[in-house]
Amino acid sequence: MAEILVLAEHDGETVKKVTTELLTLARAHGEPSVVWTGEGAEAGRARLAEFGAAKVYVADSPDYADYVVAPKAELLAHLVALKTPAAVLVAATSEGREVAGRLAVKTGSGVLTDVTALTAAGDGDGLVGEQSIFGGAITVQSRVRTGTPVIAVRPNAVTPEPASGAAEIEPVQADISEDAKTARVTGRVVAERGERPELTEASIVVSGGRGLGSGEHFALIEQLADSLGAAVGASRAATDAGWYPHQFQVGQTGKTVSPQLYVAIGISGAIQHRAGMQTSKTIMVVNKDPEAPIFELADFGVVGDLFKVVPQLVEEIGKRSEG
Amino acid sequence: MNIVVLVKQVPDTWSERKLRADDSTLDRDAADAVINELDDYAIEEGLRLQEAHGGEVTIVSMGPDKAADAIRKALSMGADKAVHVTDEALRGSDGLVTSAVLANVLRRTGFDLVILGSESTDARMGTLAAMLAERLGVPQMSFASKVETDGSKISIHRQADYGYDTVEGTLPAVVSVVEKINEPRYPSFKGIMAAKKKPVETLSLADLDLDASQAGLAASATEVVSFANRPPRAAGTIVTDEGDGGTKAAEFLASRKFI
Ligand SMILES: Cc1cc2nc3c(=O)[nH]c(=O)nc-3n(C[C@H](O)[C@H](O)[C@H](O)COP(=O)(O)OP(=O)(O)OC[C@H]3O[C@@H](n4cnc5c(N)ncnc54)[C@H](O)[C@@H]3O)c2cc1C
Ligand SMILES: Nc1ncnc2c1ncn2[C@@H]1O[C@H](COP(=O)(O)O)[C@@H](O)[C@H]1O
Repeated sequence: MAEILVLAEHDGETVKKVTTELLTLARAHGEPSVVWTGEGAEAGRARLAEFGAAKVYVADSPDYADYVVAPKAELLAHLVALKTPAAVLVAATSEGREVAGRLAVKTGSGVLTDVTALTAAGDGDGLVGEQSIFGGAITVQSRVRTGTPVIAVRPNAVTPEPASGAAEIEPVQADISEDAKTARVTGRVVAERGERPELTEASIVVSGGRGLGSGEHFALIEQLADSLGAAVGASRAATDAGWYPHQFQVGQTGKTVSPQLYVAIGISGAIQHRAGMQTSKTIMVVNKDPEAPIFELADFGVVGDLFKVVPQLVEEIGKRSEG
Repeated sequence: MNIVVLVKQVPDTWSERKLRADDSTLDRDAADAVINELDDYAIEEGLRLQEAHGGEVTIVSMGPDKAADAIRKALSMGADKAVHVTDEALRGSDGLVTSAVLANVLRRTGFDLVILGSESTDARMGTLAAMLAERLGVPQMSFASKVETDGSKISIHRQADYGYDTVEGTLPAVVSVVEKINEPRYPSFKGIMAAKKKPVETLSLADLDLDASQAGLAASATEVVSFANRPPRAAGTIVTDEGDGGTKAAEFLASRKFI
């Protein structure tokens, strides 16, 4: 079976959920080999095996974290030349796309970003990626016709399914060129992040907008999120006002999410917001303005004052989980 | 400092955007065309750096004749001159081809800094900065929410999921910006008048020593096999709160097994 390279996203020991999604997708079309940069492959190995990784190529140099994107692309290009895989899968995070971009230039290959599904082409020639564009208004089937397809897969688009694999570790010696070391990471500022699931990975997202009226009132959003085991998101109006940190912004210039359930509270549904949440499976809305465009997307909507509706909802969820 | 800002004209996100039935490329006639929103921030950052360090701001845009409007707007904000790459053979270029053409232009114009948006609203690739840095062999300073330079060194805050990284390098460099970086100015009346007299150089593929086989749909490494307009979402249930809105919402969540 053809080998498919999967670039792992990890934090030095734990494998990110999106990598298990990529493995699930890769398995349907070939034999997945994970590419692991930096430390922690031993720690992450069990999880990779659980999702069917046949091999794990490990390049453990700290340079992969110390320089922006280019070393990872160089490593992948090296492995593409060495292993001639059928495709390379990366997560369509901002960094993943950039790795994909550089790799595509290096290998002269086509790149598809934000892919939500992969199928074998009807004529048996390669893979066809599904993309959802223009804020979800159009679904496109695209194919790479030159080189080794580089495919950036949207997080949360595929349901990860376990299947056992050997996850055999194979160290890779790849020298990182000086050209790949021109943008040096000199510091990292990590914003506070509670116990909640990561926004792009969460199966439920509860977002608040300008309707909240203040940062303190975001406590309501957090309560509702916690009662559902959800991640918290925010509209740009809310992040711009400083009510909630920027990294939680959902939309065109924030995160793209496609959870099972998206709850929009006090958000009008501007096109830029919709671009980041329109592909959510189920959408629930609370807004006092019946004309708010967000209702067009709602599977269920309550026209009403969020300060009345949300506390009642939280209480009701509490009762039901006790009962 | 020689600053080049890349500007793309895109269909307005507010109007209905379509693909052409014949070749699945963007239907540029179906929607109003505007400057890609993030590019306003790129222009603004270019102008601010020019104010601090002197030099020139050149706008570079690749697109149909109509993209001249986007270029005029950029000039009316205060940029000095522009290069418009336009050729019928460029239509349908994918990211890989676009980056090759723009890299070619940038080698001609020369630059200390190339500034662009971190993502366009139509393609949403978010890859051009990385591709250009790769092609030009200069530092990739992408997703910048803050840029500092003394004219030889550059450092940025690179926005990330977890917060940000500080990243350092030396000029020349490619910088892509996020919308948090600044507040773009509006063109003044004076700016709009002045823009009409600013030089815009128009380049065709031949001017760039490229031929049609290296551009457009023909050269693109990706192709659209088919597309379908998404069926409209089935109309949902909307209730008006009469003191029981929260309870009804909980019932809905229970019916879908979320609680
Ligand atoms: C370049 C660019 C990029 C952008 N990127 C993004 C992005 O990534 N994400 C994003 O979200 N936006 C983005 N925007 C901004 C977007 O255009 C909107 O301005 C923004 O989404 C509005 O946020 P909102 O819905 O919270 O606020 P508003 O539009 O002000 O809506 C607030 C809503 O709350 C309701 N409300 C008020 N009080 C109550 C109450 N007590 N109970 C119930 N409902 C109440 C109101 O009826 C209203 O519908 C971008 C804009 C630009 C120009
Ligand atoms: N045809 C083009 N001409 C000039 N600049 C472009 C073009 N396409 C993309 N860009 C720039 O690249 C950025 C990111 O685009 P993209 O990678 O397509 O999402 C945009 O914000 C523009 O600054």
